[in-house]
Amino acid sequence: MSDIASRVKAIIVDKLGVDENEVVTEASFTNDLGADSLDTVELIMEFEKEFDIQIPDDQAENISTVGQAVSYIEEAKK
Amino acid sequence: MELKRVVVTGLGALTPIGNNISEYWDSLIHGKSGAAPITYFDTSLFKTKFACEIKNFNANDYFDRKEVRRLDRFAQYALVASDEAILDSGVDLNVVDKYRVGVIWGAGIGGLETFQNEVIDFAKGDGTPRFNPFFIPKMIADIAPGNISIKHGFMGPNYATVSACASSANAMIDALNYIRLGYSDIMVTGGSEAAVTQAGMGGFNSMHALSTRNDDPEKASRPFDANRDGFVLGEGGGALILEEYEHAKARGAKIYAEVIGGGMSSDAYHMTAPHPEGIGVIAVMKNCLENSGLKPEDVDTINTHGTSTPLGDVAELKAIKQVFGEHAKNININSTKSMTGHLLGAAGAVEAIASILAMQNSLVPPTINHETADENIDSELNLTLNKPQKREIKVAMSNTFGFGGHNACVAFKKMEE
Repeated sequence: MSDIASRVKAIIVDKLGVDENEVVTEASFTNDLGADSLDTVELIMEFEKEFDIQIPDDQAENISTVGQAVSYIEEAKK
Repeated sequence: MELKRVVVTGLGALTPIGNNISEYWDSLIHGKSGAAPITYFDTSLFKTKFACEIKNFNANDYFDRKEVRRLDRFAQYALVASDEAILDSGVDLNVVDKYRVGVIWGAGIGGLETFQNEVIDFAKGDGTPRFNPFFIPKMIADIAPGNISIKHGFMGPNYATVSACASSANAMIDALNYIRLGYSDIMVTGGSEAAVTQAGMGGFNSMHALSTRNDDPEKASRPFDANRDGFVLGEGGGALILEEYEHAKARGAKIYAEVIGGGMSSDAYHMTAPHPEGIGVIAVMKNCLENSGLKPEDVDTINTHGTSTPLGDVAELKAIKQVFGEHAKNININSTKSMTGHLLGAAGAVEAIASILAMQNSLVPPTINHETADENIDSELNLTLNKPQKREIKVAMSNTFGFGGHNACVAFKKMEE
């Protein structure tokens, strides 16, 4: 697992209080990991802080799975 | 329209002197102080370095990790206290009509720690408003009753009362009236507060409201004593299940007491100072007697607001003499804040619970830490000093007054068919 992926995973485990094993690439924040709308906003903000990036609202709307978050951040950090 | 009778069928408490009803009562009758040096933050720069914190409370014992992050301490206390009260009431949550169960909850401030920490974070940043999405929903005072209803599915009336230190007394009176009028069968009521934070201590210190007896915290809350020097900040929650009498009887509920009335008034005088003649306090007790259908001579005990401030204590006792006349000296007057400290918005609830338990046990908890008589206080009044007193109690009253001049008083009566 890439460094980015493991840091993303750690944030999700911490913020959503889920088990590490559940945080798989295709897992959806809301459908699989129990996040509500507020949790999702908080996750995006934590990603921004952790990776020192800005994720505009219209792009944040497209980040709904673990894999999408990792890809977005990897792209942004290139 | 005939008003319905309302009874208390469940109690819950999370206080600085006990984390449930039985521990709370045990400490009350043994005159235990909840005051100690503050553990939550470094107090070296603070004028007052002690408070009545909750002891041995680990939120993770009650909530999962995600819930803990979503709940300010005042909301955690609300859920813990109300859970105990609901369980104690024996209400079957699978059977009860949840549209007929409401929650009215008092909090004087709400999520002060959440507010403080979010603003500190913001101030440390570059001005970009990066506030946590849980900031507002964790902080607002009404999130406590909101969370109680979400947890149990109660779909009746639901809101918070905010009247500073009278908040939970106002909540109980509103809950009483909704049942009286037939809007609900059951109301979960009470209050919670968690203001032992830098902002809370610093703010109250600036008002010169808090005791600064740092060398002897346990002796600091000393209502009616000549050397009292301010209140001791407390925290926690108290919950009562109020229920329509026939509803309670039909399900064979145990009944602690009948809630017979409430009084409300305002000083209309000053933001924080009590009226020197206690006119609002006189009015609130008269209102409560009238609303409860009582004569002054009927009252056996009064759990006073009695915060241990120089002005407030004297004004309240003068008002009691004015309202009750000669009978005042027959009343067991006490202040359980001498033990719990001042729980602000939760005070009315935890003190009403103390009054109900006193009635149940025919034993009045003491006003501890009394050493020196205050010459401004009539020595004929029985202030239940330092030791509990046995007393058959038919009617108990509980006073609470809040900054802003809000006064509320609730009356309980021993259950009679």
